[in-house]
Amino acid sequence: MVERRPLLTLVTHLTLILGAAFIVLPVWIAFVASTHAASDFLSGVMPLWPGDQLVENYWKVLGTGEAAAGTPPIGLMLFNSTVMALSIAVGKIAISLLSAFAIVYFRFPLKRTAFWIIFLTLMLPVEVRILPTYEVVAGLGLLNSYAGLSLPLIASATATFLFRQVFLTIPDELTEAARIDGAGPMKFFRDILLPLSRTNIAALFVILFIYGWNQYLWPLLVTTDTGYYTAVMGIQRMVAVPDSEPLWHLIMATAILAMLPPVVVIVLMQRLFVQGLIEQEK
Amino acid sequence: MNDKRVSFSGVWLPAALLAPQLAITAVFFLWPASQAVYQSVLRQDAFGLSVKFVGLDNFVRLFEDPGYLASVHVTVVFSAATAILSMGFALLFAVAADRVLRGATAYKTLMIWPYAVAPVLAGVLWWLMFNPTIGIVAYALRGLGLSWNHVLDGDQAMILIIIAAAWKQISYNFVFFLAGLQSIPRSLIEAAAIDGAGPVKRFFTVTLPLLSPTTFFLAVVNLVYAFFDTFGIVHATTGGGPGQATTILVYKVYRDGFIGLDLGGSAAQSVILMAIVIVLIVIQFRFVERRVHY
Repeated sequence: MVERRPLLTLVTHLTLILGAAFIVLPVWIAFVASTHAASDFLSGVMPLWPGDQLVENYWKVLGTGEAAAGTPPIGLMLFNSTVMALSIAVGKIAISLLSAFAIVYFRFPLKRTAFWIIFLTLMLPVEVRILPTYEVVAGLGLLNSYAGLSLPLIASATATFLFRQVFLTIPDELTEAARIDGAGPMKFFRDILLPLSRTNIAALFVILFIYGWNQYLWPLLVTTDTGYYTAVMGIQRMVAVPDSEPLWHLIMATAILAMLPPVVVIVLMQRLFVQGLIEQEK
Repeated sequence: MNDKRVSFSGVWLPAALLAPQLAITAVFFLWPASQAVYQSVLRQDAFGLSVKFVGLDNFVRLFEDPGYLASVHVTVVFSAATAILSMGFALLFAVAADRVLRGATAYKTLMIWPYAVAPVLAGVLWWLMFNPTIGIVAYALRGLGLSWNHVLDGDQAMILIIIAAAWKQISYNFVFFLAGLQSIPRSLIEAAAIDGAGPVKRFFTVTLPLLSPTTFFLAVVNLVYAFFDTFGIVHATTGGGPGQATTILVYKVYRDGFIGLDLGGSAAQSVILMAIVIVLIVIQFRFVERRVHY
């Protein structure tokens, strides 16, 4: 702070407190809704304080799910989300580390072509090419499978470019020293590049885990078997009940559970997350 | 492309290293993207029995279709409002968070976490708050004499999805604005203070111009977000309605393709969206990568 201005400091804190309240409010309401019985919503006004049905509601969604809407127990959906998010994060990081290594540390014909092919994928989010991508996945028989859920989302270049940036900042002297010591490329990759990129890998993992966990449209298309529903898309099936009021208490319990893992990841890994986000976008 | 001075030799090893990424890219990216372009010049009859080449006719039909033009309009309003709202609030909170010394970490944590909330969940949360019968916000508005029913009122449905989309994006913009603010040298601010500029004047004459690269970058990212990532918000809450009031372009691609089964028309829409993203990304690279400074 450049100078002391008590009034301005007060206004600053008030702004932040009001801002934080605005940010937290919808989740508080959702949490409150998830602790009431269905009958509590009939009176007309949404309660503002938690009720006494917390254990019952969460036990119900975790155990049996909402059979009327055709959704499986949230436990299974959370498991599917975890598999999908981990496959996407690990898969992207693995293929990107390898291809960035090839692009930065080798000279070979068609290198430029390979670079641009990968670069192209930055341009088109999956939302834009859903129909043909869906047809490819259906043609390969990957509907209702973990591979179908994650493989198409692994094809994106952001991670490759991040690792390329990281590798370019690693001094040439290290490579020279490794070569003089007789290390081959893969040994150099494993013993020098990987340890040096450790924090970047961790930061990117946080971002990609959240990206994978929060996928919506793609799982909605490729899963028709409830056994492969993910938590984030399963919500929509519960919301879209025909001809009746949605079961708010169960939907909100599911919503809270579906947002909990990525939120915990961010809160615990805040520093890594911010670093990863800013690096990824550079 | 800058190369390393020291490199390894060999052709097969780098080929093998690139193979997984290239294979996935070819199967799940290049092929579908080219199919989208290809299908955009074809038309299927209603039963999917015959396909004929129609050239640019699908595109011509789109731009003559009032439904499509309405969707363009809806998207422009939605994206602009979402970007302006979320960037405005994020800047306000970032400037405040940059100023405080006490409790800074707690405030930052409270601001950042909605990044982890899926857009569809943001939509469902606000949908509950605005629910005409039990929603707390709808109740408060009734108290103020405003009747709220986004199921019937198109403008209100639009406001609902804008608030949900902007709420979720504040955290992202906050991270970048705060990083931008913290990279401004303190000496510049101090020099302006010594020259007698108060906090407000300093903000508009020193801070804001120095934040312009960040602001520009965020404007592009926010437009891409509003164009594509908000699909879940629309799909789970308003379903594009009432009428066509909240049918943004990416939702229309989905509805025309998967529900209407108009493959040619949906593919033509995809191609137009691709062109929009490519333009946005090229702009971002040209300006942001050069790190514009004023």
